[in-house]
Amino acid sequence: MSQIDQSKIRNFCIIAHIDHGKSTLADRIIEKTGLLTQREMQAQVLDNMELERERGITIKAQTVRIVYKAQDGEEYIFNLIDTPGHVDFNYEVSRSLAACDGAILVVDAAQGIEAQTLANVYLALDHDLDVFPVINKIDLPSADPDRVKEEIEDVIGLEAHDAPLISAKNGIGIEEVLEQVVAKVPAPDGDADAPLQALIFDSIYDSYKGVIVFCRIKEGRVRKGTKIRMMATGASADVVEVGYFGAGQFIACDELSAGMVGYITASIKNVKDTAVGDTITDAANPCAQPLPGYKKVNSMVYCGMYPADGAKYPELRDALEKLQLNDASLNYEPETSVALGFGFRCGFLGLLHLEIIQERLEREYNLDLVTTAPGVIYKVFKTNGEVIELTNPSNLPDPSEIEHMEEPIVSAEIMVTTEFIGPIMELCQERRGVYLGMEYMEETRALLRYDMPLNEIIYDFFDALKSRSRGYASFDYDLKGYVPSQLVKLDVLINKEEVDALSFIVHKDGAYERGRKMCEKLKEEIPRHLFEIPIQAAVGGKVIARETVRAMRKDVLAKCYGGDISRKRKLLEKQKEGKKRMRQIGNVEIPQKAFMSVLKLDDRK
Amino acid sequence: MTNKDLSLYIHIPFCERKCLYCDFLSGPADAHLRDTYVQALLLEIESYRNTPLAKQNITTVFVGGGTPSILTEEQMTAVFEKLRDVFAFRNDCEITIEMNPGTVTEEKIKCYLKNGINRVSIGLQSPDDELLKRLGRIHNYQQFLDTYQMLRAAGVKNINIDLMSALPGQTVAMYCDGLQKVLELEPEHISAYSLILEEDTPFYEMYNNGRILLPDEETDRLMYERTGEILYKAGYGRYEISNYAKTGFECRHNTVYWERGDYLGIGLGSASLIGHCRFKNTSDLNVYTEKWLAGNGAEVQRMEEEQLTEKDEMEEFMFLGLRMMGGVSKEKFRRQFGQDIQAVYGDEIEQLMKQELLACSDDGSRISLTKKGIDVSNYVFEQFLL
Repeated sequence: MSQIDQSKIRNFCIIAHIDHGKSTLADRIIEKTGLLTQREMQAQVLDNMELERERGITIKAQTVRIVYKAQDGEEYIFNLIDTPGHVDFNYEVSRSLAACDGAILVVDAAQGIEAQTLANVYLALDHDLDVFPVINKIDLPSADPDRVKEEIEDVIGLEAHDAPLISAKNGIGIEEVLEQVVAKVPAPDGDADAPLQALIFDSIYDSYKGVIVFCRIKEGRVRKGTKIRMMATGASADVVEVGYFGAGQFIACDELSAGMVGYITASIKNVKDTAVGDTITDAANPCAQPLPGYKKVNSMVYCGMYPADGAKYPELRDALEKLQLNDASLNYEPETSVALGFGFRCGFLGLLHLEIIQERLEREYNLDLVTTAPGVIYKVFKTNGEVIELTNPSNLPDPSEIEHMEEPIVSAEIMVTTEFIGPIMELCQERRGVYLGMEYMEETRALLRYDMPLNEIIYDFFDALKSRSRGYASFDYDLKGYVPSQLVKLDVLINKEEVDALSFIVHKDGAYERGRKMCEKLKEEIPRHLFEIPIQAAVGGKVIARETVRAMRKDVLAKCYGGDISRKRKLLEKQKEGKKRMRQIGNVEIPQKAFMSVLKLDDRK
Repeated sequence: MTNKDLSLYIHIPFCERKCLYCDFLSGPADAHLRDTYVQALLLEIESYRNTPLAKQNITTVFVGGGTPSILTEEQMTAVFEKLRDVFAFRNDCEITIEMNPGTVTEEKIKCYLKNGINRVSIGLQSPDDELLKRLGRIHNYQQFLDTYQMLRAAGVKNINIDLMSALPGQTVAMYCDGLQKVLELEPEHISAYSLILEEDTPFYEMYNNGRILLPDEETDRLMYERTGEILYKAGYGRYEISNYAKTGFECRHNTVYWERGDYLGIGLGSASLIGHCRFKNTSDLNVYTEKWLAGNGAEVQRMEEEQLTEKDEMEEFMFLGLRMMGGVSKEKFRRQFGQDIQAVYGDEIEQLMKQELLACSDDGSRISLTKKGIDVSNYVFEQFLL
């Protein structure tokens, strides 16, 4: 396939709310176009990380090229770009969208439009994509495709009368989807003879090939030997190989030209040099300006990560290094905690990103971790005019040196069925949300708009939202900016010793409530010792809440008859083993679990 | 060269009915199964004929259960005849049998005495009939008294009574009154231990469902303290965490466990320590009987065999030895392990003494638990795991 007719290329993606069947549809499309036999298909080809399949989410953008012989007798090249589906990865989503010309909008025939459906559609429309809807899961007993079609037309304003009614799971209606891709997604434009202009929408690190850049060629052409330059980072390199994406494999070709989606390898060692959103051009014949929309992605959520076994520090460092090769949005730097020893302060795009990294460290690298409460970046304006971006509460300057502090806020959109509007508004209120307005999507559903402090949603907001709406609320947010706020540092003292790993920044009005809950939780988690242990929460040296772990009065095996000493030994060994995994603060042994237990404090389930 | 001493434990895994708190390897069984079991037991004893163990001096025998007194006279006699035939009993051998009130007759007692049994341990648990019911015991206090008197009348001169504290609904006053009542009988030995909630017992479940309430730890410790005081006044010394005796009546068999002497367990699930080796019989009743009756008993003997390292033995020396109020002897440690106890456990001992959990004897030769140390003895023992 040396020469490809640009008019026969279709670059598109699938967008959907989580669980509406995006990845399943992608699999069916790949299967239908004969790229893989059914036997070769792993369930959900594109979600190839174990974690992705287990959680039913897509973390990294995945791309595949397929050949489809349409009913008009022509062969079309489809580049299907599967995008991450979570708000944490919004920027990556937006870059993936920018690589497409059209999008399939998958809507669940029973659930209808959800918050992410809207967010994703608007994002797609912002990128001038032609979006056409598909109604999935029509085989469900609760499916109501007519209502959903109506909703799509009313709420989003998309034509939906000819939307394919499909069941991705059972392979119903897939053919029709493919025909609509041909008909409704425009062929790419762009001049193959213009100077090279290519959009990076992802990059991964491969230990054999180095960094592999995923890109969409907007203008011009690139081939082996082309000297390329990344316009934002300034990095340059000689192209070693270009190619396109088979299912789960890279297939080299001679050249990528305008309209095509493919990969480039160029002996680049660090994904930081190939930032998502950057523009690649020909160093010898550069384009006039980069593609619009590049921005540097910043971490929004920070936490400390420590190896449960202090001796594993080097392993943790190596693992983070390796993960970062593939994930430019992961930041980390070494830090030391009195309570937890040597570890890292890590920055993430959001809480899901944090959880994913944590799970990957634990599973793929077999590390046992203790993480501290996640926090956001606060801006501390000091009286001497200095401004600190604070990611670790322990580094907060003395209150006398602080002029004021600012915290990040987000604009949040929550879609909820009308019966739960009350509880959800109450929740947002509790989390210091500022109500902006409400729109009815249809009779039974409304979209609530709030400005909310980011630090109120990174803990357990999502869980609380789900539990207070019985799972019916969906949620999306965007960083809005920084606002001044009355923030204080809450410290926890165990047996009169401050435990740095448990300190965090909180709004002054929430400090008492949070301090009280933390003390209660810690009381449950800290085993009794030979002496009484006070647990205190304090703000600025003033104790605001207290609990006590009573002294252990009895730890005795009254009866020790019979000769089965091995059993008794095992009991003692188990007891001792349990303590090994604890952290020593002063003369108190604190289980690792205690550090984690304070992360989820919402008790209104 | 003199032969080594050896203790024997014989397990009878049968009872009339399982008590609600019991997690021992025991349960009700019909006469046929009991008979089959005794046949298997005899074969297991026979298997030791002409082994080195058969040449060791048998100094103590303990027939435990379950309720061993559930066996018929013929069955018990068969077991003892076989034991005496295979092993070398010393004349002053301490031979204990456990029994529960309501399962014994004069004929049985006569039979026990004829077989050389010279010590009886009775599971009373409490003199309070209401509590006995709550525990799921099959007897009441009067039945216990009948049994006790029968034993005394027959001439049994060494009797232990098992008592429990920290029972559901029990107060300190109730407990102390009960203890006084039992003391009027002047038994030679008393085992008084607080209830341990064992997993997989009905009590455990009942406790978790809130259907029984147990005294709190403070009350439990108060009962323990009172036990020591009352028994001390009555002339009983505490020689182990939960064991009290008039001078000279300390149970020699149990002391062998705590001092790590050689013992051989015979019967279902019995554990043994011979030299540096611990092992256990199968705990599956059907497997046990079938294998022995089919002539393949060796397959279910010496299971979970474990060769103790010196480290294991030092640890055991400490956590078993410290159960005894006399504590451990530094000299004995040196003799057994060829090094000073300070070299191995110096830091731990110093730390625990600072916490007032351990104390040194006046002449400096022994280390033992303090009163406070007894209350948290598991914590103390744990420190001696290397």
